[in-house]
Amino acid sequence: MLTIGDLPERSPEAISPCSCHHGGARHVTRTETPMGSPPRQPPIAGLPHGLVRRRDERIVAGVCAGVARWLGVDPIVVRLAVCILALANGAGLLVYLVAWAILPEESAAGEPAVTGASPSTKRSSELALAVGCITLGALLLVRWVTPFFPDHIVWPAVVAATGIGLVLARAGDSDRARWREAATRLPGNPVEALRGGWMVWVRVLVGAGLLIAGIGLFLASNEALGAVGNVGIAVLATILGGALLFSPWVARLVRQLGEERRERIRNEERADMAAHLHDSVLQTLALIQRHADAPQQARTLARRQERELRAWLYDGRRSSGEDASGTLATALDGVADEVEADHGVAVDVVVVGDCPLNGHVEALVAAVREAVLNAARHSGADEVSVYAEVLGDSRIEAFVRDRGRGFDPAAVNGDRRGITHSIVLRMARHGGRAHVTSAPGEGTEVTFELALEAESTP
Amino acid sequence: MTRSPPTRVFLVDDHRLFLSGVRTELAGQLDIVGEAVDVESAVEGIRNTAPDVVLLDVHLPGGGGRAVIEAVHRTHPAVVFLALSVSDAAEDVIAVIRAGARGYVTKTIAGDDLAQAVERVRDGDAVFSPRLAGFVLDAFAGDLPPGTSLDPELDQITPREREVLRLLARGYTYKEIARRLQVSIKTIETHVSSVLRKLQLSSRHELTRWATDRRLV
Repeated sequence: MLTIGDLPERSPEAISPCSCHHGGARHVTRTETPMGSPPRQPPIAGLPHGLVRRRDERIVAGVCAGVARWLGVDPIVVRLAVCILALANGAGLLVYLVAWAILPEESAAGEPAVTGASPSTKRSSELALAVGCITLGALLLVRWVTPFFPDHIVWPAVVAATGIGLVLARAGDSDRARWREAATRLPGNPVEALRGGWMVWVRVLVGAGLLIAGIGLFLASNEALGAVGNVGIAVLATILGGALLFSPWVARLVRQLGEERRERIRNEERADMAAHLHDSVLQTLALIQRHADAPQQARTLARRQERELRAWLYDGRRSSGEDASGTLATALDGVADEVEADHGVAVDVVVVGDCPLNGHVEALVAAVREAVLNAARHSGADEVSVYAEVLGDSRIEAFVRDRGRGFDPAAVNGDRRGITHSIVLRMARHGGRAHVTSAPGEGTEVTFELALEAESTP
Repeated sequence: MTRSPPTRVFLVDDHRLFLSGVRTELAGQLDIVGEAVDVESAVEGIRNTAPDVVLLDVHLPGGGGRAVIEAVHRTHPAVVFLALSVSDAAEDVIAVIRAGARGYVTKTIAGDDLAQAVERVRDGDAVFSPRLAGFVLDAFAGDLPPGTSLDPELDQITPREREVLRLLARGYTYKEIARRLQVSIKTIETHVSSVLRKLQLSSRHELTRWATDRRLV
């Protein structure tokens, strides 16, 4: 039997699948770490997890091998890129040194860093091409800022390197399918985004043409550095080409980020709900099991929980933006809740329309409460009906009814008179009316009527 | 009040525990011809057994009670549905009624009352719980916005119907209402059926929208 004691320990497990946030696309190159495994802990904030130097495949310090492994391309591609960049003012060297300094060395235990990305033998033509593009871009940038090496060294080197990269990439065909699968989980491999119908090819051709034009102009302008205008056109053409080529990828990235955010919000809502169910429903269910031999108590608990859950599910939505505790409907629900808990009778509340509480409405609620209590204590009925309606002409009518033993209002004892009296007087003080209808064996109904004052209506 | 043969009832609910509870409660009074736990099996089962009344949970995997009613009524328009739910979200309840259910009761209803409600819908009457009466009053409350060309026959309830609904919401039975208004039970049943028809056919915008903007005076 489930007891209160062991409930809290058990249920978090039962609930956690709902509350965990399924990792978004940010870390897709990793395999999903099993739940409960230690958190990712890059040594430097912002450094992607799994990006480490790899001693086992190193030539100098393992930086290229590590990056290649992380990207999922052949190390040769990255090494070529670094070498090409090294030609441009030594930028490649600088990048390499910085990476050497900040990248952690692969842990001795060989953390299973890696992952969705592939062992070094895997190649990806797309990624190789991507690295090539990035290299080219970086090269152009460096050259643009501070031209250093003469063009007749750099460009042939670039062309040759790209050719080598492409040739190397051709060898990777067999791994492509596997890679494509992984690439679809990326927020969009930029090159993958280029795949598609003939429109895409048109765009690629135009984009590539622009890029070539840009580069050509750039080269031409190098011979006449004074012609700033040409440089402007070159840069513009290059940017345009780049934009055409990569806009689908950027769009996909943006879309994916949006989806990720929505997913996160959904998960948070789910976690909220799980927490709420645990705090309320599961606890109540456990209590009910403990009270299984006391049906009255079990029923009261069940009804109370039902009311609370219903309020949480529906009223929150209904009156979001308003103070949910401040209306007639919620106040009457509160009354029912309280009487059910204390007296073990079922109190059914139906409210049509609603209005905010003010002094008079609160008096009405208090009077209704008294009538409900009365019915619970004296009528012998196990159910009391409460109905309240806010009428179109700013009046509230309320009815409290039971099918209990009833009484003869003309021949009541002192106790009954006192209660009736207090209800009637209370209503009168607030400009309302109350009336008790009852007969022995017929049950009792108390009718309330109250005019909402003009100034109290917003 | 037992008739011969007993009413043939089909139960649809995705909670097996609840199904078995209802089966036990109704066993002596009604003939339970089948049960189902989701939309697909419900539609198939109902078509095969052709019951008099289907006790239908509002919330069901695979499209909700509403989907069952719509599918069954395409081929078997004579099958009568009584909605049964723990969920009192007004829009859900109203949706099932508008799909064609002849009434709505909460799952906390006592066994005898449930059996009576089943007999009542079988005889073509409507069954309104106090809460449903409250929902309907809410839905038909207020004046129509000026300029809307809605059918007054369908989009407004008469003062008498309103009176009956209010008494229902106050917890009165048909018999008590009839005595109080000094009319026959049949008259009350006619009023309630008329309200049900309006609820199902009215295009009054509150019916689809009202749950979100509950009137606050």
